[in-house]
Amino acid sequence: MLSAARITLTDAEPAKLKISGESVSKMYRSKNKQLLALDRVSFQVFENDFVSFVGPSGCGKSTLLRILAGLEEASDGTVLVSGRTIEGPGADRGMVFQSYTLFPWLTVRENIEFGMTLKNVPLFEKRAVSDRFMELVGLTKFAKSFPKELSGGMKQRVAIARALAANPEVLLMDEPFGALDPQTKEAMQTMLVDIWQKEKTTIVFITHDIEEAVFLSERVYVMDPNPGRIRAEIAIPEDIKRHPDGRDAEPFLKLKKQIVSMIGHHHD
Amino acid sequence: MKKRSSILQIRGEIGRGWYLGGVAGTFVIVLALWSAASWGGWVERTFLPTPLQVLEQFGNQIVSPEFWNHVGISISRVSIGFLLACLVGIPIGIFAGTFRFAEAVVLPQSEFIRYMPATAFVPLIMVWAGIGEMAKIWVIFLGCIFQIILMVADNVRSVSGELLQVSYTLGATRRQAIQQVLLRAVMPDLMNTMRMMIGWAWTYLVVAELVAASSGLGFSILKAQRFLNTDVIFVGIITIGLLGLLTDRAFAICHKRFFPWLEGGR
Ligand SMILES: Nc1ncnc2c1ncn2[C@@H]1O[C@H](COP(=O)(O)OP(=O)(O)OP(=O)(O)O)[C@@H](O)[C@H]1O
Ligand SMILES: [Mg+2]
Repeated sequence: MLSAARITLTDAEPAKLKISGESVSKMYRSKNKQLLALDRVSFQVFENDFVSFVGPSGCGKSTLLRILAGLEEASDGTVLVSGRTIEGPGADRGMVFQSYTLFPWLTVRENIEFGMTLKNVPLFEKRAVSDRFMELVGLTKFAKSFPKELSGGMKQRVAIARALAANPEVLLMDEPFGALDPQTKEAMQTMLVDIWQKEKTTIVFITHDIEEAVFLSERVYVMDPNPGRIRAEIAIPEDIKRHPDGRDAEPFLKLKKQIVSMIGHHHD
Repeated sequence: MKKRSSILQIRGEIGRGWYLGGVAGTFVIVLALWSAASWGGWVERTFLPTPLQVLEQFGNQIVSPEFWNHVGISISRVSIGFLLACLVGIPIGIFAGTFRFAEAVVLPQSEFIRYMPATAFVPLIMVWAGIGEMAKIWVIFLGCIFQIILMVADNVRSVSGELLQVSYTLGATRRQAIQQVLLRAVMPDLMNTMRMMIGWAWTYLVVAELVAASSGLGFSILKAQRFLNTDVIFVGIITIGLLGLLTDRAFAICHKRFFPWLEGGR
């Protein structure tokens, strides 16, 4: 099983901090009301880490990710990525959205090459990179297809390949598999773990599927709504990841249950 | 049972036969009503010519160089007026749809002017621009441009914000986001807007030619009216209709060609 073969950071080498959030708050203001979407949220993501945020709808998960992407500004607190403050969106933080956001006028290959095209990377180099990523997500045969010819799962695979091909330091994913059917979803999760190991990227992942979070992550942040806060940080123990029964293993199910009860009746 | 339900099914696919049957059927019904009204004597001949008369007149016209002259002049007026309106209106519309400040400068004003009937401006335009060629082009230009600005701005604003955000996270600068996302994404809608507007251009042309011209299809219709040659009027109207249909088909075919990636493909 793939989950059994996961690479973890060795204890000998202290993990480098990639992203740090220090009491990050976000207040949305409209005419006569204010909404505290995030209330002093603190978190850390290390190099080559896989961190998930789970929590009920409206607890500020997307808001948090959009702040990391630079698409939104925090009202308070500090967020550092590679030690620098965030100045708007940039190619160092790739993002995969829940909705399908491929450029419909570009083929699969052109979509994957988009980031490189923006940087005027020479053609042969672009081709080599897009070839590699199409193979990684298993879409080599669809190089010349337009997004309208792809299924939902295939579209998200292209979106992942497109984000990775721009060579980001961090990959931000906002419920990328939320719209997929259970079988496709599982296949995508396995593929993502595989990619994460091969590419040695740092991933911040958002979901409200707790099983997904436990299966994928090294660490899970559990969030509360109204206002959005972090309730707990849970490191997924080694024995769960290396267990030959994968998701059906006793400790896996136990941990999942524990997180579900933590979120309580908010869980959907 | 199956067949009947598929016709009434919302957006259900129907066979090609059914489709063409629907098209031909309506055409036949209109023709039948017209025949009955004219030959049956429901309406006086001078007011409503028979289909045969119109067909005959069409045959006469089609071989006369004068007719083609009118057609040519009308086409050139529409083309120039419409192209100028696009040339000026589309960039303004794109700016208004992209930048909030440009929107403030352009949109409320266009919205206001749009509701002033362009046809009512014709006399004023005659005063300003005389009755030369420029006057007709001005009528078409002014009739179309405010609509174009508003519709193009709307097209641009309806481009998905997420596509723009994705491009930013892939490293796009503002300029690149405009060039490689906004402008690419808006093209199909832009072309549909042009397709709609050229129909309006023809309407304004005829208005202009009815009021002040000594050539063009509108003029030939007006001249025929003086002599109660209703068949010639019919020929004029049908010719404009056919020209409209041709441009519309041309737009539709180009749309398919240019945007094979479009979802739904319609
Ligand atoms: N642009 C905005 N303006 C005002 N309020 C907003 C805005 N975006 C989000 N919110 C509010 O902030 C809160 C958190 O929203 P957010 O989208 O981050 O939740 P989420 O955890 O991603 O939920 P979901 O699981 O449903 O995606 C919600 O109450 C939402 O209504
Ligand atoms: Mg969300």
